[in-house]
Amino acid sequence: MTTPPTIHDLIIVGSGPAGYTAAVYAARAELAPLVFEGTQFGGSLMTTTEVENFPGFKDGIMGPELMEQMREQALRFGADIRTEDVDELDVTGPVKTVVANGETYQARAIILAMGAEPRYLGVPGEERLLGRGVSACATCDGFFFRDQDIAVIGGGDSAMEEATFLTRFARSVTLIHRRDEFRASKIMLERARANEKIRFITNAQVVEVQGENSVTNLVLEDTVTGERSDLAVTGLFVAVGHDPRSSLVAGQVDRDADGYVLVQSPTTATSVPGVFAAGDLVDRTYRQAITAAGTGCSASIDAERWLAEHAAADLSTASAEA
Amino acid sequence: MANTITITDSSFVEDVLQSEKPVLVDFWATWCGPCKMVAPVLEEIAGEHSDKLTVAKLDIDANPTSAQDYKVMSIPTMILFSGGKPVKTIVGAKGKAALLRDLGDVL
Repeated sequence: MTTPPTIHDLIIVGSGPAGYTAAVYAARAELAPLVFEGTQFGGSLMTTTEVENFPGFKDGIMGPELMEQMREQALRFGADIRTEDVDELDVTGPVKTVVANGETYQARAIILAMGAEPRYLGVPGEERLLGRGVSACATCDGFFFRDQDIAVIGGGDSAMEEATFLTRFARSVTLIHRRDEFRASKIMLERARANEKIRFITNAQVVEVQGENSVTNLVLEDTVTGERSDLAVTGLFVAVGHDPRSSLVAGQVDRDADGYVLVQSPTTATSVPGVFAAGDLVDRTYRQAITAAGTGCSASIDAERWLAEHAAADLSTASAEA
Repeated sequence: MANTITITDSSFVEDVLQSEKPVLVDFWATWCGPCKMVAPVLEEIAGEHSDKLTVAKLDIDANPTSAQDYKVMSIPTMILFSGGKPVKTIVGAKGKAALLRDLGDVL
């Protein structure tokens, strides 16, 4: 006879500000949460530089440092953090199952906080030259482009931040954006505009990344006239937005057309009882570390109350299985 | 406690190219978030496969020459050396299972 599996109160999947904050709250509430942070843990802030707008850090803090602190805080209260990727989720029944690294784990409630992944351009040459001039992480790779001419694609805060950061290394940074209006906040846009190393090309998109062993050229297309031109650069940094990482729960919880998990605002409850969602997985509007941390906190409190309210029925099931 | 070894530009020939065992060199830097993610996985792999593989960490900030020599343009990059030659390049942070698959030839 095999040992019956432990049914945890709460499993948290994901580890950005949302996942770790949920873990801090759930651990303090003595729910002994099991947290699958993934092998690429820490969320989107792991590839950013200085975070200037997280309250409480008046002099700013490096993204990875902030995430390290949140993680340590969760550990301090006894969160059981596993550096493993979740391969399968089944959240539809009263007992939720999580498969990670070949092992199956069970819980009565689950918080989804898988975040969002950076979008690529999806043009010829981009994937082939990834790591050979095409970079997904400006803070990691800026160093390699000292005194070179490089390009940043995008019109949001991330693009402005990366372009500004990369001028520390590069000779010139060309910021390419497909429209002539920017989604970036005024402060970030002005900072980039004031930087004499940054040149703007608007109404243009990259249609091909060229280079034999490393990037040498971008083919641009004017989004108004369709005219094509070449831009000689050795580096390409893509910052054109993110897609929610919700494929593991596709067909199980309600999502919108772009894959964002839908919640019953102002709560974090999804369409499935006992399943809560927080952070960039849900949020197409704000997408800030502080809002992710905020919804992570809400999700933990929602889960805690839900567990308290549903204790009786589930406990009888659990004891019958044990 | 560390299962990995720390190497430099000046020890590269001796520690990597002249090594009897295959060596996986982790090109990393302190400012690189994804490098921090992959570090504990590399420690585990180094501990579990020390008979077949040496895992060596090279801080590219302090040791830029080796990174240049092997055309590293993105970190983390891990290059597997066998018999003094680079035989496999892995770019970007990966999970343990994926890394073990990539290292299948020597493990």
